[in-house]
Amino acid sequence: MIEFIQNHILTTITFLPIFGAIILLFVPREKEEFIRYYTVVLTTLVFLISLPILLGFQSGTSAFQFQEKVNWIPSLGIHYHLGVDGISLLMVMLTTFLMPIVILSSWTYIQKRVKEYMIVFLMLETGMLGVFLSLDMVLFYIFWEGMLIPMYFIIGVWGGPRRIYAALKFFIYTMFGGVLMLVAVITLYFIHYHATGVYSFDFLDIQSVLLPVRSQFWLFLAFALAFAIKVPMFPFHTWLPDAHVEAPTGGSVILAGVLLKMGTYGFLRFCLTLFPNVSTEFVGLISVLAIIGIIYGALVSMVQPDLKKLVAYSSVSHLGYVMLGIFALTIEGLQGGIIQMVNHGLSTGALFLMVGMIYERRHTRMISDFGGLAKQIPIFATFFMIITLSSIGLPGLNGFVGEFLILLGTFEAHKIFAIFAATGVILGAVYMLWMYHRVNFGPLDKDENKKLKDLNLREIAVLVPIVLVIFWIGLYPRYFMDKTEKSVTDLLKNRQAKLEQVLSLEKQPSLKLVLKDSFTK
Amino acid sequence: MSEWIWLVPLFPLIGVIINGLFGKYIGHKIVGIIGSTMIGLSFVVACIIFFDMLKLPPEHRVATKTLYNWIVAGGFTAQISFLVDQLSVVMMLVVTGVSFVIHIYSIGYMHGDRGFNRFFTFLNLFVFAMLLLVTADNFLMMFIGWEGVGLCSYLLIGFWYEDNYNAYAGRKAFVVNRIGDFGFLIGIFMIFITFHTLNFQAVFGAAAAKYSIGAPVITIITSLLFVGAMGKSAQIPLYVWLPDAMAGPTPVSALIHAATMVTAGVYMVARTNVLYTLAPISMGLVAVIGVTTAFFAATIGMTQFDIKRVLAYSTISQLGYMFVAVGVGAFAAGIFHLMTHAFFKALLFMGAGSVMHAMSNSTDMRIMGGLKKKMPITYWTFMAATLAICGIPGFSGFFSKDEILWQSFSSPYGNFWIWLVGVITAGLTAFYMFRIIYMTFHGELRAKKEIAEHVHEAPPVMTIPLIILAILSVIGGYVGIPKVLGGNNGFEHFLDPVFEKSLALRHGLVPRVAEESAHGLEWSLMTLTFVIVLVGIGFAYLLYYKRPELPKIWAKKINYVYELVFNKYYVDEIYETLIVNPIAVISDSFLWRIVDVKIIDGVVNGTGSVVRGTGRVVRRWQTGFVQNYALSFVIGVVILVFYIIFM
Repeated sequence: MIEFIQNHILTTITFLPIFGAIILLFVPREKEEFIRYYTVVLTTLVFLISLPILLGFQSGTSAFQFQEKVNWIPSLGIHYHLGVDGISLLMVMLTTFLMPIVILSSWTYIQKRVKEYMIVFLMLETGMLGVFLSLDMVLFYIFWEGMLIPMYFIIGVWGGPRRIYAALKFFIYTMFGGVLMLVAVITLYFIHYHATGVYSFDFLDIQSVLLPVRSQFWLFLAFALAFAIKVPMFPFHTWLPDAHVEAPTGGSVILAGVLLKMGTYGFLRFCLTLFPNVSTEFVGLISVLAIIGIIYGALVSMVQPDLKKLVAYSSVSHLGYVMLGIFALTIEGLQGGIIQMVNHGLSTGALFLMVGMIYERRHTRMISDFGGLAKQIPIFATFFMIITLSSIGLPGLNGFVGEFLILLGTFEAHKIFAIFAATGVILGAVYMLWMYHRVNFGPLDKDENKKLKDLNLREIAVLVPIVLVIFWIGLYPRYFMDKTEKSVTDLLKNRQAKLEQVLSLEKQPSLKLVLKDSFTK
Repeated sequence: MSEWIWLVPLFPLIGVIINGLFGKYIGHKIVGIIGSTMIGLSFVVACIIFFDMLKLPPEHRVATKTLYNWIVAGGFTAQISFLVDQLSVVMMLVVTGVSFVIHIYSIGYMHGDRGFNRFFTFLNLFVFAMLLLVTADNFLMMFIGWEGVGLCSYLLIGFWYEDNYNAYAGRKAFVVNRIGDFGFLIGIFMIFITFHTLNFQAVFGAAAAKYSIGAPVITIITSLLFVGAMGKSAQIPLYVWLPDAMAGPTPVSALIHAATMVTAGVYMVARTNVLYTLAPISMGLVAVIGVTTAFFAATIGMTQFDIKRVLAYSTISQLGYMFVAVGVGAFAAGIFHLMTHAFFKALLFMGAGSVMHAMSNSTDMRIMGGLKKKMPITYWTFMAATLAICGIPGFSGFFSKDEILWQSFSSPYGNFWIWLVGVITAGLTAFYMFRIIYMTFHGELRAKKEIAEHVHEAPPVMTIPLIILAILSVIGGYVGIPKVLGGNNGFEHFLDPVFEKSLALRHGLVPRVAEESAHGLEWSLMTLTFVIVLVGIGFAYLLYYKRPELPKIWAKKINYVYELVFNKYYVDEIYETLIVNPIAVISDSFLWRIVDVKIIDGVVNGTGSVVRGTGRVVRRWQTGFVQNYALSFVIGVVILVFYIIFM
């Protein structure tokens, strides 16, 4: 058993949650307390098992580590292939880290259908880890789409009054993107076959094929749209506020913390490496959309009367930074982008947790219903302040490291983009501190708020780990960034080499024909 | 000893951790003692480092101490690393020394406040951040301190957060500072892509070696850095946050918004003196903004009735003087004034705090008067500071301010007009300061009976700090007696090595005043300034002591001008109308309600209903929404794939 885990650590963490969910099916639904403890213990166990991945990760290489590869459907070239590298490592850790926190935060919030709630969350964890770990395109796609189903139920069953609308909107938006991606995956599969004579959906195989610029174009668009919706990038973001507002707290945390990162992860993993020429050409458009997202997200966030919507729009702004960093195509930008993905997961995740805590007490999320809470519930206000500062990128906390590197990386590549994006630093302070003021400062003048109870031990236990990591990344980000550096450097190096190869091949007419031929045959 | 430099910021940090986590359990008294002791320890270490440094020959006084690599990515490295040199030692001594005194004072001032623990935690955190700022050996670590002090300023201005105005004032300070930091940040990016490092010594060395005076890229860098300084040091056009910052407890105003944080911009320009020397245009900008701010703020200070607000505008004005100094290349003079100002302005605020303490927290000078008799210690210490800020010969402010004015006239970067406005401002300063003296301490007490009955001198825990700072305000200038008065300007000599490269760069520039005529001219300008200061005091005496009915009559005569100045030139209102409100309105009623909800989501929902409609027509057998969509997606995929394969 121990030996199996040692040799199949990625499989273990990926499938342990869904395995646990299956066992949960046989537990009587009345045993709610047991089901809660069971799920917390299980997700904590998954986190503990995932720790050796972080600790044992070799930082000097960009090769995939802890790989497992088995032929799954040999006739179609589909493999069961998992692996982790510097690009996915932190996403995996973020997922396993957030899960027990989310379950713990749902302790009293979820009162109906506890068993089903825990089951779908466990399914969701398997789906999320699968997305980050899959190295086979079909496997990836299965996890990518499969994950939609539990999320759909989380919003649709445990959501707010407009949950059906929000769930459907979420589903259709992401499904739409997913379908285009599927077409692109299958196309890549055939291109690979024509180029090599081997059927394979393996990412490493497909990655080795040189694509002519014309086919890169359409395939890039298909992938990019799927990912842009997920991120979400302006103007594909309108599903997000609805989904967040309606989703239960746990759903929002996972949605913001992990699901959105799948979009940015997709850009890093697939768009940059598979389509080097076209992704470089799209730098301008994507950067501009990212900057619009940063500024527009901040401005719209500023005027939201609903706390959850405010945080949701702030995600659009933060993810804009991530996209900008990735498409700076510099080491600083990419490193900043990756660390900012983690940062956003922590700070926005924590913001949703705290909004949930206050919602559970007051059954409202309207900012105007609060005011002066710092006097009544100081522990809440203190945590809220730390998270707010993390979110607005105060040096010494995690947010700054990401924002700074992204802006620096962008500045190296395109000064003007960085200058526009840096206005987000001002706007971030404006909307977050204004929100904080209206919730926690001012007179405590609403009677309902005068009876509020401060955070209990369970809620503090939910937030403390996040705050610790916020300080850790802020003060010593190197522990994490050293692990991602080599993968980032090589990713940029390899795509540059590939880009030049394609360009030089396209200059030779005969070879160009061959390439084209392999595509249209 | 310099390798122990990290202890200096460490002690306040320990204070933060102890008081922040356990303050609730250990009681106010111990919290106050811990908070003050930690700063005291920092001060002691700073002193030891200073005296150790004095033992070394001037050329061996620079040392660095690296703790660890903070951010590393690609070619970028930022370290947590300290720089010990003459400038950082002076700053450390000023910061820890003044902070220590103010911490002690705060024990008395904040006595009984519900948020006592929180106050000392924030105050220690502030000192920690300020020390990082002044001891950093690279731009990014300086930026940690820079934003860190901004955070503490925000937290402490809004300390009594239950009042919406206080919370608003804190927020305003943070946001306006962030506007400045935006410039600072872009400046840091420029520095990195130009020099490929953010380390001070490496950047300055490369700049001096590779660039000649007037290089455009250096001009851009220095201008951007100055935007940061405008925010932090409250210069036009970003000064608007500082008057509102007076919403914080008075010790905060003394420490953060007078003595230390607001001078960070001056320190930064002095620290980056090599870059500024390479960019005469930026120097000119600094000097002009400085002198304009000095004058502008002084005029507002003349009309305000809130004692703390007058002092706030006075601070803005004095910071303007410091920028004049560094802007005309007199970096040491700027730091000299920074130091003396820290003494006398902290003292003025603490004196004002003592007055507020006696006046049931009122700050309105119109209800004060005659406090001299009941509060002699406060009065005499306040008087000492007033004489210092006015530049009365013999008091600390005289030496530093006079040096600035002389340099603004005689330095190669100097200019008659800058000097002239500076001298006029000195007169205005004397006027508004003695206006405070007369309105507050002389004449009859105008307060209501219940307030008047409670007027009393502050307890020793508050008055002893006043006395200490009063002594410093008097003698603090004697470390830098100019040659013309028979001194040897020891303070400037001590700092000289820090500005060595700049001096070498501008070698060959001639002062505007020839060596042989300098002596006499300096004497006459000094005398002239003194006369103008006396005139200012004379007007204050006439208007607020001899004939107190006159101000109202005069104000009526120049009604429009007076209203304009009294209302602070309506700058806040202009910002509100032109910038803040339009952004808020556009964000709400256009970006959100129209672009997001109507346009983008409209398209999405429109597409949705079209698909739904088509679905109804085409397939009557629909069972539910999701399945339908999923099915149509699958069919679509199959068709597309077939198309691609068989095309």
